[in-house]
Amino acid sequence: MPAGTLYRGREGMWSWVAHRVTGVLIFFFLFVHVLDTALVRVSPEAYDEVVATYKTPIVALLEYGLVAAILFHALNGLRVIAVDFWSKGPRYQKQMLWTVVGIWVVLMAGSLYPVLGHAARELFGS
Amino acid sequence: MSSDTTSAIGPVEGAAYDVDNPAPYIEPPRKRTGRTPKSTRGNFEMAAWLFMRLSGVVLVVLVLGHLLIQLFLDGGVSKIGFAFVAGRWASPFWQVWDLLMLWLAMLHGANGLRTVINDYAERANTRLWLKGLLYTATVFTILLGTLVIFTFDPNIR
Repeated sequence: MPAGTLYRGREGMWSWVAHRVTGVLIFFFLFVHVLDTALVRVSPEAYDEVVATYKTPIVALLEYGLVAAILFHALNGLRVIAVDFWSKGPRYQKQMLWTVVGIWVVLMAGSLYPVLGHAARELFGS
Repeated sequence: MSSDTTSAIGPVEGAAYDVDNPAPYIEPPRKRTGRTPKSTRGNFEMAAWLFMRLSGVVLVVLVLGHLLIQLFLDGGVSKIGFAFVAGRWASPFWQVWDLLMLWLAMLHGANGLRTVINDYAERANTRLWLKGLLYTATVFTILLGTLVIFTFDPNIR
């Protein structure tokens, strides 16, 4: 790669990229989610049938991914607000990003069992 | 370097200025005065920027609360079904919660995607079509979701 073509934005740039990617993913899920919820106006059976797909192990993994995206977007969003409105925000943006990553890792570890437990029981028996 | 080391400007033409003979006042460039025409653009982008922060704070509470109830507590996703939805929407509190979440999340997401389209779609025509599609889908989804919350019937069958 020729020198000088890779923008070395480090933490600031990569958190911005991750914020965009997670934001777009969440928005696309939101469309689908409003549509599937709208089935409660069709019939209880139609709704329960679609929700049954949300309970399969593969979709459970996607739900874990959704939780990951939402948690990062929420925590980093609060960091963006701090950078914009707190006078010392820009100076501490790196430290705040690593705080966000730390809280995110802890919450994701804590989410493993609640979100994926039912899928594990289905796959490996209770 | 010139031989004059005290000033880089050199001698000023005419009389030197002092208290009795002040220099003419020069307005800063682009200063807004009474003669400046009113901007025709308004403050939409600033309002959008502020909306992202304000709605973001509210959404952190609404969405994380929603996730906690739907995916974590009480058996997680396994408990969700028509009966569970009917039980929650029997309460005006959760109706308002979901309605507010729907509107704020859709507008927050739509404005985010508008920014993404503006950043990456280079041709004006592409931007026009992508944003047209985005606004159509957004209005449709907001209206559909609102209709579902307001017209929900637990005794549909």
